[in-house]
Amino acid sequence: MSASIGSTIVSLPDQSTAQMPKRTYINNEQGLLSWLLTADHKRIAILYLISITFFFFIGGAFAGLIRLELLTPQPDLVAADTYNKLFTMHGIVMIFFFLVPSVPATLGNFLLPIMLGAKDMAFPKINLLSWYLYIIAGAMMLSAIVLGGVDTGWTFTAPLSTHYLNTHVITAATAIFIAGFSSIFNGINFIVTIHRMRCPGMTWFRMPLFIWANYAASLLMVLGTPVLAVTLVLVALERLFGIGVFDPTKGGDPLLFQHLFWFYSHPAVYIMILPGMGVMSEVISTCSRKRIFGYTAVAFSSVAIALFGFFVWEHHMFIMGVSSYSALVFSLLTMLVAVPSAIKIFNWAFTLQKGSVTFETPMLYCFGFMGLFTIGGLTGVFLGSLGMDVHLTETYFIVAHFHFVMVGGMLMAFLAGIHFWWPKMTGRMYPETLSKLAAVTTFIGFNLTFLPQFILGYMGMPRRYAAYPPEFQVLNVLSTAGATVLGFGYMLPMLYLTWSLKYGAIAGSNPWQATGLEWQIPSPPPTENFAEIPIMDHEAYDYEWLANKTRNEVTTVG
Amino acid sequence: MDSALATTDPAEVHAEHGHVSLPQHRHHFETAEQQREAGSFGMWLFLLTEIMFFGGMFFSYLIYRNWYYPAFVVASNQLNVTIGTVNTMLLITSGFCMAIAVWAAEMRKRPLLRTMLILTALLGVIFLGLKSDEYYEKYELHHIPGNNFNISMFTNPAGYGIKEPPLSPDMAQRTQVFFFLYFAMTGMHALHMVIGLGILCWLIRRAHRGDFTAGYVAPVENFGLYWHFIDIVWLFLYPLLYLINRHPLH
Amino acid sequence: MTDQAIHGNANHPGNANHPIDGDVDNPEHVHHHIITPTQYLFVYLALIALTALTCAAAFVDLKWANPVIALGIACTQVVIVVLFDMHVAYQSRLIKLTIGAGFFMFLVMVTMTLTDYMSRSWGMW
Repeated sequence: MSASIGSTIVSLPDQSTAQMPKRTYINNEQGLLSWLLTADHKRIAILYLISITFFFFIGGAFAGLIRLELLTPQPDLVAADTYNKLFTMHGIVMIFFFLVPSVPATLGNFLLPIMLGAKDMAFPKINLLSWYLYIIAGAMMLSAIVLGGVDTGWTFTAPLSTHYLNTHVITAATAIFIAGFSSIFNGINFIVTIHRMRCPGMTWFRMPLFIWANYAASLLMVLGTPVLAVTLVLVALERLFGIGVFDPTKGGDPLLFQHLFWFYSHPAVYIMILPGMGVMSEVISTCSRKRIFGYTAVAFSSVAIALFGFFVWEHHMFIMGVSSYSALVFSLLTMLVAVPSAIKIFNWAFTLQKGSVTFETPMLYCFGFMGLFTIGGLTGVFLGSLGMDVHLTETYFIVAHFHFVMVGGMLMAFLAGIHFWWPKMTGRMYPETLSKLAAVTTFIGFNLTFLPQFILGYMGMPRRYAAYPPEFQVLNVLSTAGATVLGFGYMLPMLYLTWSLKYGAIAGSNPWQATGLEWQIPSPPPTENFAEIPIMDHEAYDYEWLANKTRNEVTTVG
Repeated sequence: MDSALATTDPAEVHAEHGHVSLPQHRHHFETAEQQREAGSFGMWLFLLTEIMFFGGMFFSYLIYRNWYYPAFVVASNQLNVTIGTVNTMLLITSGFCMAIAVWAAEMRKRPLLRTMLILTALLGVIFLGLKSDEYYEKYELHHIPGNNFNISMFTNPAGYGIKEPPLSPDMAQRTQVFFFLYFAMTGMHALHMVIGLGILCWLIRRAHRGDFTAGYVAPVENFGLYWHFIDIVWLFLYPLLYLINRHPLH
Repeated sequence: MTDQAIHGNANHPGNANHPIDGDVDNPEHVHHHIITPTQYLFVYLALIALTALTCAAAFVDLKWANPVIALGIACTQVVIVVLFDMHVAYQSRLIKLTIGAGFFMFLVMVTMTLTDYMSRSWGMW
């Protein structure tokens, strides 16, 4: 980094005189119970942050074991059935207990009411309830893991899950069912808050794009999750009573399970990625000091992704014996989803163009997102085309594809968001140099882990096997080495963010010189966010308004 | 504008909001109307998820009815239409009582509200009683899908005095799919009713205390939406399970 | 500013909070409407009559029309319940849109899955 003028936008108050605000949401009430029984959206967000971080590292541990096993061609670290459990529990924990709630439940919960100029979510108690449901579900999942695990694959494929396995399928399915309710309540709360709690003057097209993205994701949660719930109920009933709704020997249709499952689980990937895209819009606009290019297009592309997300689920089933005519239709529709995703990427790129781009940690993560998500998205087009899909699906190609989107995309965006809003949530800055190192390490580690998997998949290495032919070993060793670097890259933020809670520089209310409403209140914010409900008289990303405001501001401390 | 964004002591904030007097008013809403609209919108979104939840089962019914049409016809005709019809009428009446209860709460008529809520619950209980009677009949006939399922009634209907064409043993096994869907759909519906009755008991207690007859109608109103939704599910279940197979196409 | 922002107006609570919007008709808000017991009674009688009708119709052999009539009557009943018992006729456009979205998504699920089932083996369906 050169030290030239404009190399950073961070402006911290003078540390020798800077003070944290006296009354904040953190110290407003004391004691563990005041946290466990809170209805404050910010405290619930912190509860979520702690619990999803916990599950992230559990899921990460499973990933580490998987990569360690794949270091050698023989199944020597764990036996094949243990390996099945490892990848299953990695998938379930990461998807249902980390990715789905990651940005909405932590950053979304924290920021949504503040960005809308409201004092809290529409239903604070239901907000707390959804955290408790998440914890109950998490405890059930942990007990399933401790009691011996589950090995159906995260997809619960019937009739494998219903007839052929005697692991803890029902416990895991119940855990996901309950976690689903947590995410439904979260979604309902978001939608109602966005519709009903906007402050005066906050019209739909003045809202930050983070809100639009979360709104679209919430729609998916509300409309999709119940279908997963009913599917899991049917799987559980089939297991318990042997009624044959998915069992071909009794007249059932296993493909019906697939249809119902993917009707949720395809939109679920948009539940995971959309909020991350919202983070991207905020960070990119702030760090290039420019109004987001094509605000309306980005806003509507979120909604378009949500809508199209429901029209494409059959592309997960192309090789399962669905009608080839129907597969043609779904293949075509799948290509359509690329359009709104591309709109977003292009608009972010145009936002950067001629902007005063600076390279703080959140921005580094965002650059990571843009590159990796683009690769992940484009390989999705390969998989969406029928001929290629037959060859590539169920190989490491698809593993690499969705890890590029989910880890390279979503996790990068999550970390960008955590760094970006860390000063708002805690009142203190993270250490910049160390965090840049972490961002770069993550990027390198990620590519080292998953780029070889594209090649492996293309060469025909199937997914979900503990053993593989020796000629694939070099690439697998590379991938495992990358996973180690990646794991290191994820440990770093965990450590220095904890460190910064006590020793970080005091951030002041607006370290990024950002325009969002959340930056106009103290950090950390007071319990009810605003002393008076604000009136929004400018659109989001109006840097002239901010400059004008800063010019006329009487300097106050704290 | 800027002053709006500065922070002050929460106590002052509450003082400023002194115009809100109702005890049930939540502090983070600006007006009671905003709170009311938020509540009902939230309830509607929840019902949206319920539509999708039952939707999955209705869709399974659609698929399997087309695959195993003869089995579905015969199995469906073994259901007791009388009980089904009486139950439909009971639920509609219960819904009517619920609607009047909402009106009574709006009009602040405490005794009427209480009576209507009790009637709503009572009719719901009778519905569940009749439903369990139907379930018991199926249990006695070994028509509950699973290992003890008995297909003799469908392979040899004449032996049971039923005027239906006999099914091949293979197709007769498919009646299990019908009965499974029958139990899953009516069971989920009944489960929703049981949950609803639990909430009703709580509402009756609070209505008795007079909580809902002083301008705070939202819980009664939103529960009304839930109860009517249960009616709606049944209004579809009734023709699909009991009626549409009486005159099969051959 | 304070007064404008905080004090709602009893007659027009939703819009009074939006000085920018003014009194423009807002699709998200609506006046609260109370349906009278007489109206509920009519609704109730209509529902009972339709139930009797659908039950009677089921026992008359109308060939292909039997299921059509049964489901048609069920839909009519549901529309009546949704509009009046659930007050949707007097609700904001937002609520109407929400319900529409629910049924639309259900139809998406049904029709798009049927593209598979109906074309998987032509003629067998």
